[in-house]
Amino acid sequence: MNFIDNPGKLRGFEKNIKVEKVSRRSILKGLGVTGGFVLAAPVMSRQAFAYETGAGKMPHGVVVDPRVFVAVAPDGVVTIIAHRSEMGTGVRTSLPLIVAEEMEADWSRVKVQQAHGDEVKFGNQDTDGSRSTRHYLMPMRQIGASARTMLEQAAAKRWGVPATEVKAVNHEVVHGASGRKFGFGELAADAAKESVPSIEGLKLKDPKDFHYLTKGKIGIVDLHDITTGKAGYGADVRLPGMKYAVIARPPVTGGKLVSFDPDGALKVSGVEKVMQVRGWPWPSKFQPLGGVAVIARNTGAAIKGRDALKLVWDDGPNGKYDSVAYRKELEEASRKPGLVVRKEGDADAALKSADKVIVGEYYLPHLAHVSMEPPVAVADVKGDKAEIWAPVQSPGGTREDVAKTLGIPEQNVTVNVTLLGGGFGRKSKCDFALEAALLSKELGAPVKVQWTREDDVHHDFLHTVSVERIEAGLDKNGKVIAWRHRSVAPSIASTFAAGTVHQAAFELGMGLVDMPFEIANISCENPEAAAHTRIGWFRSVSNIPRAFAVQSMVGEIAHATGRDQKETLLALIGSPRIVKPEVKDLWNYGEPYDSYPIDTARLRKMVELVAEKGEWGRQVPKGHGLGIAVHRSFVSYIATIVEVAVDDKGKLTVPRVDTAIDCGTYVNPERIESQIEGAAIMGLSLAKYGELTFKDGKVEQKNFDDFQVIRMDESPLITNVYIVAPGPDTPPSGVGEPGVPPFAPALMNAIFAATGKRIRALPIGKQLEA
Amino acid sequence: MIKVKINGQEQSWDGDPDLPLLWFLRDEAGLTGTKFGCGQALCGACTVIVDKEAVRSCITSVNDVAGREITTIEGLHPTGDHPVQKAWRQVNVPQCGFCQAGQIMQAAALLMDNPKPSHEQIREAMSGNICRCGCYQRIENAVHLASTGV
Ligand code: FES
Ligand code: FES
Repeated sequence: MNFIDNPGKLRGFEKNIKVEKVSRRSILKGLGVTGGFVLAAPVMSRQAFAYETGAGKMPHGVVVDPRVFVAVAPDGVVTIIAHRSEMGTGVRTSLPLIVAEEMEADWSRVKVQQAHGDEVKFGNQDTDGSRSTRHYLMPMRQIGASARTMLEQAAAKRWGVPATEVKAVNHEVVHGASGRKFGFGELAADAAKESVPSIEGLKLKDPKDFHYLTKGKIGIVDLHDITTGKAGYGADVRLPGMKYAVIARPPVTGGKLVSFDPDGALKVSGVEKVMQVRGWPWPSKFQPLGGVAVIARNTGAAIKGRDALKLVWDDGPNGKYDSVAYRKELEEASRKPGLVVRKEGDADAALKSADKVIVGEYYLPHLAHVSMEPPVAVADVKGDKAEIWAPVQSPGGTREDVAKTLGIPEQNVTVNVTLLGGGFGRKSKCDFALEAALLSKELGAPVKVQWTREDDVHHDFLHTVSVERIEAGLDKNGKVIAWRHRSVAPSIASTFAAGTVHQAAFELGMGLVDMPFEIANISCENPEAAAHTRIGWFRSVSNIPRAFAVQSMVGEIAHATGRDQKETLLALIGSPRIVKPEVKDLWNYGEPYDSYPIDTARLRKMVELVAEKGEWGRQVPKGHGLGIAVHRSFVSYIATIVEVAVDDKGKLTVPRVDTAIDCGTYVNPERIESQIEGAAIMGLSLAKYGELTFKDGKVEQKNFDDFQVIRMDESPLITNVYIVAPGPDTPPSGVGEPGVPPFAPALMNAIFAATGKRIRALPIGKQLEA
Repeated sequence: MIKVKINGQEQSWDGDPDLPLLWFLRDEAGLTGTKFGCGQALCGACTVIVDKEAVRSCITSVNDVAGREITTIEGLHPTGDHPVQKAWRQVNVPQCGFCQAGQIMQAAALLMDNPKPSHEQIREAMSGNICRCGCYQRIENAVHLASTGV
């Protein structure tokens, strides 16, 4: 059965990718394959899906076609396409595993092949927003069920029996009555001739018959290659005649090159050429910043050559950007009214009449992604054709942008997706691939552009910087009757459009206007903030500062009223209900609100579950404290308890973390655990150290010495993860991102419990030492 | 002409003797299993074993290792079944995997030096290796498993 039309596309890279070696040629011949059928959400019937998702509204929607995603070779090897990018979530395993499950394929006989960037063929490929399982669980099941049905029909025809009498079981189709069997391989050619069944008529497996889904017993497909150094990341691509390049970019966003002297660089052994790279004015989405490239026979020589360049820059309009001054600007803006983005009741009046008002002003600085693999890309541009190899989260978008940048048709661009050495949103922006494409075109040779860690820290699309100011008004019984939350932060939209001063709906919807508490008087406001650097998506996005502020405020209210944190939190969440915030264009992570409402019963349950499993209220040693936080993001519900220990010198350790997650129906609990374990580390990193500062428009940090992340000796000793699904039909929701937001506030609440110190500005830095 | 032995094979280099070993391995010798993460001995992604010691290849020049024996992740075990590699797979350690070659080489060097490290010793020895994905708990468990027999 067919069929992947392009198995050999990974030129120069195939050694690292499990490409099916069996020739499919003979089968392909007689096939008359027609185009796949593309489904957009509106035509997906409710019966077919049991729930609706926003998948069909993504660019290029969803393609549900076994002929695009599955190939069965005569030797029985089943090849399944992974069309999303692997950056550590396990998606390259999980999505194909769903197909294998439904088609009754034996996973040990399945090979996974990475799709190149082609959204018309594969549907949307943007691997971001914690969407892959959410959007593809059901389509992948349908693809697998279609393939299974085609195999069953082929077998039934050969035996001359009704299809209802045969059944696919573990890589074979069996005829129950006679005990006859055919292996999948034996049926491959005939199955390919079967028509693709309609989605409505498909019979999906009963979850109780699952071998793989929900079991968590399968290792990731790249496990052996990763542990033996064979796994292929962007940096590992090598082409014959390939040159190595590093680029000196303008140190200030929006700056440009005035002049350069290449002589020093050209004297370095191994350096072959120095050339200017085209830059685009800021803001220009993901277009390159421009600068000067040093081309060499290896990366080491290119770096040494770059160090010897003499460069003169014009810093442009952001040459005065200064983090200290900017923080003051944001704080001042947060103390004045701003654009009202959610209004219920009369928060102003209620705050005035309140018995007590608690004010918290929370600051979270810029963060850099620092994925372990710095940005890197290889390009080979010949005439009006371009081939790219890169660790990109958005292969389709990369293809589009390369075509536009080079001025060639999109179908002339091939984007091969390598493994990503981490992404966290950075690799959703393909500037590094565009740089490689421009350089290769000019050089007339394949070229690899390698970013150094310093480049990565200096020219990231940063997590925004924000002040979140919350005023909570309490009546004399300590009940919260008013809530005013002002969020001031430069928007990601500023990277796309000059003059942006307000946050976009998708940012407001991440923990500001979707705030779930049962409070009569609510005002959410968004005062203006202008960007002075490139702002972009960072894992969990605006949920990080919002959860930090909102959940810290819960701790502050608990303290002010002398109540338990958990009880205060549950009282604020209020009754089990569907929250309907009065917000124009409420962003719900792109999902239909009917399938994915804000459900406080599920939120409460996470608090209660984590409290029970994490032994909330347990006795802890002196100097230790417990903190709790809950947050809904990426339409999942997640609660965390952190135990912290602070010694008399202010040194902080985290003996234990407990996290409960409700991400709806799930595929691979083992990878959910690994995401949550990792999220705790990332949460601790940003809480303890995360800060990128600017002086005279330039980033002041350079590398892992001054932009620190958590290392093993300071990582939590125990991280427990509890995964729950409310029921078999609950729509799947996000996993990659939701783990991060509740960590920092749970930690801050724990620190308060341990020390009586309330930290409102991150990172913690030396604040506990005082 | 500098001669080095990499994974049992003689290799020679007549370019810049100061070239960091990392780039010699990756770009000249084509051994891309060793990774670049920082270039400043801050992350451990580039860790290789020189004779019996874990070394950061990003700040070690080819000249520094002239005549020495270098083992990279590709040469750690002929079939990839070094106890550390096996333990890594048993625990399903990696997320993105990019740091893991360096982690595995660091762990292998640790166990050569100290076959039964305590948890504190593991945490200390492995703290030069960053994992941005945050696999530390599993790395620690895998090193422990490798030291007690997989
Ligand atoms: S690349 Fe050598 S320690 Fe980071
Ligand atoms: S697994 Fe991604 S950096 Fe360690």
